[in-house]
Amino acid sequence: MKQLTYDMIKGTSFGYWTLLGIFGVLIAAGLGSAYYMETNGHYVTGMNNQIVWGMPHVFAVFLIVAASGALNVASIGSVFGKTMYKPLARLSALLAIALLVGGLAILVLDLGRPDRLIISMTIYNFKSIFAWNMILYSGFIAVVGIYIWTMMQHNLKKYNRAAGMGAFIWRLTLTTGTGSIFGFLVARSAYDAAIMAPMFIIMSFSFGLAIFLIYLIATYHLTGRPLGDVIVNRLRKLLGIFVISVLYFVLVYHLTNLYLAEHSGIERFILLDGGIYTKVFWIDQIIIGSLIPLLIFYVPVFYKSRLMLSFGALLVVFGGLAQLYVIIIGGQAYPLQIFPGMEVSSSFGDGQTGNYTATPAEILLGIGGVGIALAAATFAIKILPFLPQSLANEVVDPHSTPTT
Amino acid sequence: MSISRRKFMQAGAAAVTGAAIAPGIHLVELAQARSPEEAASTAKRWGLLIDSEKCTAGCSFCVDACHTEHNITSNNRPETDAQWIRKVTAKDPDTGYTHYLPVMCQHCEKPPCVDVCPTGASFKRADGIVLVDKHICIGCRYCMMACPYKARSFIHEEITNQKSYVPRGKGTVESCTLCVHKIDRGDNNTACAEACTEFGNDAILFGDLSDLKTEIAKRRKTEPSRQLRSDLNLNTGVRYQGL
Amino acid sequence: MITRFLILFVLLFGFAATGVADADKSDDIRTPLPVIKITKPGKCVDDTDEMRRNHMDKILHQRDITMYDGIRTKQYSLSNCVDCHADEKTNSVLGKEGFCESCHTYTAVTIDCFSCHSDKREVKTSDNIKGKPEQ
Repeated sequence: MKQLTYDMIKGTSFGYWTLLGIFGVLIAAGLGSAYYMETNGHYVTGMNNQIVWGMPHVFAVFLIVAASGALNVASIGSVFGKTMYKPLARLSALLAIALLVGGLAILVLDLGRPDRLIISMTIYNFKSIFAWNMILYSGFIAVVGIYIWTMMQHNLKKYNRAAGMGAFIWRLTLTTGTGSIFGFLVARSAYDAAIMAPMFIIMSFSFGLAIFLIYLIATYHLTGRPLGDVIVNRLRKLLGIFVISVLYFVLVYHLTNLYLAEHSGIERFILLDGGIYTKVFWIDQIIIGSLIPLLIFYVPVFYKSRLMLSFGALLVVFGGLAQLYVIIIGGQAYPLQIFPGMEVSSSFGDGQTGNYTATPAEILLGIGGVGIALAAATFAIKILPFLPQSLANEVVDPHSTPTT
Repeated sequence: MSISRRKFMQAGAAAVTGAAIAPGIHLVELAQARSPEEAASTAKRWGLLIDSEKCTAGCSFCVDACHTEHNITSNNRPETDAQWIRKVTAKDPDTGYTHYLPVMCQHCEKPPCVDVCPTGASFKRADGIVLVDKHICIGCRYCMMACPYKARSFIHEEITNQKSYVPRGKGTVESCTLCVHKIDRGDNNTACAEACTEFGNDAILFGDLSDLKTEIAKRRKTEPSRQLRSDLNLNTGVRYQGL
Repeated sequence: MITRFLILFVLLFGFAATGVADADKSDDIRTPLPVIKITKPGKCVDDTDEMRRNHMDKILHQRDITMYDGIRTKQYSLSNCVDCHADEKTNSVLGKEGFCESCHTYTAVTIDCFSCHSDKREVKTSDNIKGKPEQ
């Protein structure tokens, strides 16, 4: 069996700095957008008094959900004892922290008063899921940080399993918390469902693994390190199962809602006549974001190509963003049912579908958060040994037979 | 009387500074305003009773009075402009009957906005008024997601020329304060109710729901009224008739 | 950080002996000093020294009792401060020579009050303008 060794990437090539430079530009664009939104006020965005959370929140929630999902690979290795995943644990934990930081940065920069961040960290209302999430998020970074430490320092190895278990439990709580942000909102028909929390957990598995797979293939390709088919095939099949699971939860969510007459309005809106939201749901989330990737993941002609496989994972990311767009923005666009059964109108948009068009500033802020996550991860693999030198088949699984 | 007396005693105990005030005066003038040094107490619960049968199409004196009182101006961007109170037209598609009614913060006893606020900036005062402490509001807008009545507005742009008694500023969330500044100075009425009585159709009645001698409490007891979204069991301080 | 301390140091000593500071001003015009115009002198709330050092605590305390208890006594109320200290010409406590802004700029301390509160003296009009409003 070949020895498994981790080391830092050299990170001196022109390509490496160009890549970091690109991420830097994304971050700068995001910060610039945030500054523009804060100085002018949020009226320059597409958000308004009906659609109070917009594109920045789609990106932020996506990254936060994906963060806890990215940790999954490590958890399978340390908590469930699947040795094949163990070499991936460090990268998995790193991506988890990086994605979370990116997502949180977006959330904070979108606040009406980001200068008061210190208040949100010192004054808590413990009845608020949001306040709990702030503790969960900062705790997540600490817990996963310790987990990474136990993986990297030899004399701490004995605590590795315990730290892995702690991180696993913490990430489940965190995603439940994120899902509950929406699940507890009784006021809005789209969110009034307890299934939101478990659905967010399964979404996190899917989004997190998709990002992990893309990042893994890209870094190993760019650094010229061997990455065997055994590990890639494992991850591919796993991602396929996660995508199917998300589809299943989406199905159950809509079926339960359809069963309740009270919620038939919102169901009709999302599934049939909600204009943009119906289109995003069927075309972007279901077809482009779920069915096409499944096709790629299960048809050999497609998945044999690493590029095609990465593309499939990228579509899962796209589908995830679409899904959150439908949940977050579609859910708000559907008018509040203050007078059920009545035709309602007012100067404040009662009874009307909310208008929302994401402005470039909002999208750039969201992409800036992605930039922060990618830059952080890409810089970290240069300064600490996160990546195994080789993930060739014989390293990952000594019993593997060479694939054709 | 014994009930009122007990409530007064509770109020007195809650307000330490209030102890300095001659109690005799309060016993006589229980329904009157509290002194400036006395804290708002649970002995009162302020609310509104709105008769949608009296409210008519085209009349907007309540809205205008509110927006004048609090200097809420429009930037001609209806989707982002603040509206603390709005006239809603609700038509029954079956019968064709149309209701007109103003909707504002319903001042719930169990307000969802207060539950979700991460910093506790959304809070309910002892006398039942739901307010935003803009000093600690971070502008996350979670309360707006949680409010079933769409009562809240986020301030989307710079505000100037605020009234000294209505601080308002960009980046925070706000809503109907039930004219808390008027209540505190003892006006015993809100701008919308005053305007509706004086110029409109006398459809809005303001008062203390917990004092059974007030007109609002009497009418709540003898006439039918209902809460909006009563299914949520929030026990709103604002109730409607004729719906 | 060191500059902050230096500024604070200069400020405290400068205030402790305003007369001296004023004399310095004529000596060395390169040192910018805050403009302190007090149009209505006299002790309103507390001694000048006390107010200079601790006005923020008093306002903060009043802020919370007003916000949560509805106690609107005048003595420590922000609008009462503004009513007295607003500049004669601009009617405001902000602006280059405004009572609040002048010092806060000098000490490099952000004032957050007036992003929501009115910085202007309340112009007293007859409280009740009766008559049916235009519709």
